[in-house]
Amino acid sequence: MTARTRSIGVDLAGIPLATPVLIASGCAGTGTELHGLVELRRVGGIVSRTITVEPREGSAPPRIVESPSGVVWDTGLQNPGIDAFVATELPTLAAASPAIVVSIAGATLEEYVRITGVLQGRAGVAGIEVHLSGPDRELERPVLGAHGDRVTEVVGAVARMSLVPVFAKLPGGVDVVPLALAAARAGATGLTLCASPPALAIDTASTRPALGAAQGWLSGPALKPLTLRAVAEVHRALPRMPIVASGGIRTSDDAVQALLAGASAVQVGTATLVDPAAPVTIAKGIVAELQRRAIAAPEDLRGVVGIGAPAPEEQHA
Amino acid sequence: MKRVRAEILSTRRLGAYQSLTLVAPEIAERARPGQFVAVAMPDDRDFLLRRHLTIHQSSRRGGWAGTLEFVVDPASGPGTSWLSDVRAHGFLDIIGPLGTPFSYPKRLTNCLLIGEDRSVAGLYFLAQELVARGKRVDMVIGGSTLDAVFKPIEAKRLSQLVTVVTDDGTLGETGTVIEAIEPALDRAPIEVAYAAGTVPLLSAVARICRARKLPAQVAVEERMGCGYGLCGTCAVPVASKDGATWRHVRACVDGPVFNPARVVWDRWPAAETAPAIAEGSS
Repeated sequence: MTARTRSIGVDLAGIPLATPVLIASGCAGTGTELHGLVELRRVGGIVSRTITVEPREGSAPPRIVESPSGVVWDTGLQNPGIDAFVATELPTLAAASPAIVVSIAGATLEEYVRITGVLQGRAGVAGIEVHLSGPDRELERPVLGAHGDRVTEVVGAVARMSLVPVFAKLPGGVDVVPLALAAARAGATGLTLCASPPALAIDTASTRPALGAAQGWLSGPALKPLTLRAVAEVHRALPRMPIVASGGIRTSDDAVQALLAGASAVQVGTATLVDPAAPVTIAKGIVAELQRRAIAAPEDLRGVVGIGAPAPEEQHA
Repeated sequence: MKRVRAEILSTRRLGAYQSLTLVAPEIAERARPGQFVAVAMPDDRDFLLRRHLTIHQSSRRGGWAGTLEFVVDPASGPGTSWLSDVRAHGFLDIIGPLGTPFSYPKRLTNCLLIGEDRSVAGLYFLAQELVARGKRVDMVIGGSTLDAVFKPIEAKRLSQLVTVVTDDGTLGETGTVIEAIEPALDRAPIEVAYAAGTVPLLSAVARICRARKLPAQVAVEERMGCGYGLCGTCAVPVASKDGATWRHVRACVDGPVFNPARVVWDRWPAAETAPAIAEGSS
């Protein structure tokens, strides 16, 4: 270890990032809104909102309510569809950041394949993040990516087609290690851990669900301990697999903890909504921490905090 | 749009509400009626989201030049409760001005401004600008009770004819703002209507104005995550120009001011329970 931190830049599964801090999916608008609120060249990368084959109008309002140290939300994946996205939104995003990861979702294997096809060879696409938390229309399951067989099929198909790195964003609130093993075997370049877990908010006065979509997802600082555990467990099972921690990262201390648990990079979502400069502030804080500890690069923090060997009943063949 | 650390010049109680005046020249000089600011909450609390507050007053000239005033309802949630208790000379992290403002009619002259509860605050800024452009302003304002009617004397000062209503009759007429709209339209040759408030009021304004073929603009209040277009959670269903299709647009950047004839009110299902724009929490 040298006494001086050389650079905060990281190589994330082949994507060079200026910092290990990305803006999480659905928290960066369409590429124009952040100008003037944050120095985009100092943001490690941007994950796009999740794109589907057809345009989606999304769920009815209200779409967000607060919960203690978090938000319960559902947008119903509102997006313009893959064709309009590559024509209009992608160029704007690509102008804002050299590291655009496009988040994609489907309800069938064919939908994932079609979107992946459209994205190949497109300027400005540095990577693909596979959203797996939606319903599975073919197998009639509520969460497509909660089952190892489908993770293998979908992630495998996307990874075989893709010329850019593929990150599997595994569902939150489930036993994640078997799904991580399935994604790794299928050829995922990296893993994003995890998607927001399912949640419910109730409006007492009206005795109805508080969101227009009825059910939603939990995001925000409340998630950090769940994220750290998922990252640590998956890092133990797959020490060489690049992991992007997502969920509850608000401060540089949170980000450092995610690296210590085994992440290579972090995504910042809810914190960006509250403080658009958070991705830059967090990166600066990581540099300060590395310098304080005389550590050369963020990679050197990775997985320093071990969680011991898995108990026999935790062994996943 | 600017993000500034703004000093709190003063904070005072006005009936049921708390009014805060901030020193924010970069925002004050750009602000127009209908726009809002996003105010950050303290780091050490468990409520996270910025509060989105309509600009009540923006002074570009005179002794108060460079100041910005907004109004909170302390009872509407933990964030506005916290804002109601902040002390003068503290600082707030604010982003603004945000959203699309009301537009002023070029040819039409007689304007009716309609609002209830805290939403009335944004209409005074609009009334001032309209009067400064030689327009005639009438107002219909109301609240549940006397304390909840925001600055009725200011309404009298700015407008020709004012209707004040309260649910319990403690100030003005007994009744609702919705009930008072048609009589106000019958009393003066109104050419354009402006309104601010919750969906039940604004959808009633839309219905009345459509029946009377009256142009109108409404400022909606929908729960926002960020306030500057990042998250897409403040969805408003809006019809295409020909009415054949509709789509969800963002209240924060595509609004909050909309033509009520274009809003698809029956696709706003949580209308009765949607809280004020000032609070992300229930």
